[in-house]
Amino acid sequence: MRPETRIDRCFAALKREGRPAFVAFVTAGDPDYETSKTILLGLPEAGADVIEIGMPFSDPMADGPAVQASSLRALKAGQTMKRTLQLVREFRTKDNLTPIILMGYYNPIYVYPSAAFLDEARDSGVDGMIVVDVPPEADEELCLPAMQRGLSFIRLATPTTDDARLPAVLANTSGFVYYVSITGITGAAAPVVSDVRAQVARIKRSTPLPVVVGFGVRTPEQARTLADCADGVVVGSALVETIRTTLGSDGKAGPDTVSSVHRIVHNLASGLRSAAARV
Amino acid sequence: MASPTKTETQAPNSYRAGPDDHGFFGLYGGRFVAETLMPLILELEQAYEAAKNDAGFQAELRDLLEHYGGRPSPLYFAERLTEHLKGAKIYFKRDELNHTGSHKINNCLGQIQLARRMGKTRIIAETGAGQHGVAVATVCARFGLPCEIYMGATDVARQSPNVARMHMLGAKVNSVTSGAGTLKDSMNEALRDWVTNVRDTYYIIGTAAGPHPYPEMVRDFQSVIGNEVRAQMMEREGRLPDTLVAAIGGGSNAIGLFHPFLDDKSVKIFGVEAAGHGLDVHNGHNASMTGGRPGVLHGNRTYLIQDEDGQILEGHSISAGLDYPGVGPEHSWLKDTGRVSYVPITDKEALTAFQLCAKLEGIIPALEPSHALAYVMKLAPTLPKDDLLVMNMCGRGDKDVFAVAGYLGMKI
Repeated sequence: MRPETRIDRCFAALKREGRPAFVAFVTAGDPDYETSKTILLGLPEAGADVIEIGMPFSDPMADGPAVQASSLRALKAGQTMKRTLQLVREFRTKDNLTPIILMGYYNPIYVYPSAAFLDEARDSGVDGMIVVDVPPEADEELCLPAMQRGLSFIRLATPTTDDARLPAVLANTSGFVYYVSITGITGAAAPVVSDVRAQVARIKRSTPLPVVVGFGVRTPEQARTLADCADGVVVGSALVETIRTTLGSDGKAGPDTVSSVHRIVHNLASGLRSAAARV
Repeated sequence: MASPTKTETQAPNSYRAGPDDHGFFGLYGGRFVAETLMPLILELEQAYEAAKNDAGFQAELRDLLEHYGGRPSPLYFAERLTEHLKGAKIYFKRDELNHTGSHKINNCLGQIQLARRMGKTRIIAETGAGQHGVAVATVCARFGLPCEIYMGATDVARQSPNVARMHMLGAKVNSVTSGAGTLKDSMNEALRDWVTNVRDTYYIIGTAAGPHPYPEMVRDFQSVIGNEVRAQMMEREGRLPDTLVAAIGGGSNAIGLFHPFLDDKSVKIFGVEAAGHGLDVHNGHNASMTGGRPGVLHGNRTYLIQDEDGQILEGHSISAGLDYPGVGPEHSWLKDTGRVSYVPITDKEALTAFQLCAKLEGIIPALEPSHALAYVMKLAPTLPKDDLLVMNMCGRGDKDVFAVAGYLGMKI
């Protein structure tokens, strides 16, 4: 048995409470390192059960305009992979419970290089990773080395992941499964709830892992409806879009940047809690 | 920083055996794509394997290449250039005479046939110089399929004749404003479209890069260039060429010329990369192999222009078709094995070659093969007169005349 992780403990506790996880995605260093740190530190209190931290990349091919812009803001403000790990270390001095998942693309990890990155990620207090462009066919590259270090490698399952392929996708996945609710990029079309329900049910028949849903979720209503058929919901584009709308004309963080993000997280999370209470 | 990669040092038995079953050429290549695309990539691999071994598919393709594409393209002895450079005997492989004006049609005719076999009803593509975009728009018109072309905003401006052609052929051209608005950004947007419309859409990648099986498939469709050169040179000179030169952006025209000759040890092979403002200018070139290091982008591992943190740089080249920070994975492997020499040529050198070719040979080359020609100008004088040199004239310069006139300060 693998040792129990923060992710496992978190989902077990939520199960006992009978409510779905609210997973908040923000990009590391957006709009700048200090503001990003303040946003992160306040996320658990605002209602985030799990935090996904985007590792900025120049060419985020699976992301829509909101996350692309967020990634570029962070890079422009000087964010690097080292500083992203630093951000996690600083977060961990204040919060040793909330699971942290790093999400991003392979190249910055590959050139770090991978082994050193995984070591430092584990030592910084990272719990899991989602690397969009490393499929199960390339498990020896990153997934297996991550698992050896006790890091969960969280896989995306998608509407095109058919039954023949699902076992391969689930094989080395740990922590949870991230169901991509649409064929598309982050923050794009709204998912069709009935489709998502059927797909999540299909995945759950093949794995005991929690399944969370993300990619097109924007509003508390959507989050509530989707949480109904999954173990958690991810919201990202709506959060980084909130950052964008609160920036000053100079592109720097405004007086409301931090509080606006926390407010929307609070609204989304409390929507989920009240929905669970009604059941 | 320590290099995360290993380099192959032993020479393989054959340079023509790749890729392996997982789509790798040594360290390079692979299938680094989002899960949404993986099932389709695997389906494409199967479809291509089946088509490759289907005599009917190959016969239909040959027929299209001949009667629609205008193949074989001539192997032309560039007599005046040879006299001027006083060295190797220079031949041009005239792929600029193909229908649509470049080698891109070779690949597009192959892939559109494959898309139709797979029952796809919508076509997308990226384009840099617009040569691939025009070729895609052309085959889509010919076979009655709707198509959308992604083209960087910078390239839309500097290659406007090709934008007009795509419109006239019925394609929708999407101008991409992210990044520097060049080929890398158009590829990002095309991938985003594909992941969104994965069920009905076929993505015709224009160069020998991207996730497996694209590098292999595009190479195979372009190998008609090298295969023709082999036969034509045997007929003209009774022997194989001694030296091959081709320009490299993603590297499809080059791999098409090189691949049939990789195991002929006597043949020296040179790939010419875009050195833009110069290799010593930070972010000022797109010579990914002479000035970059291995990384993962757009579905494959290959040499990339990137910073210390693994962020991809935009780079620069006067040539929109070479203005790409990566290169096809097979070239990366051929570099590491030492089989092919990759050399840089700057914007300025390419412009000089462009003018020389127009005046000496009456051929206005595209800016892409102008890079190859600029290297020929350096190399040919160092070679003996009986050295048979073939340069791939992979595109015609009609698309570039306004841009070049601007660079040269010509009043038209």
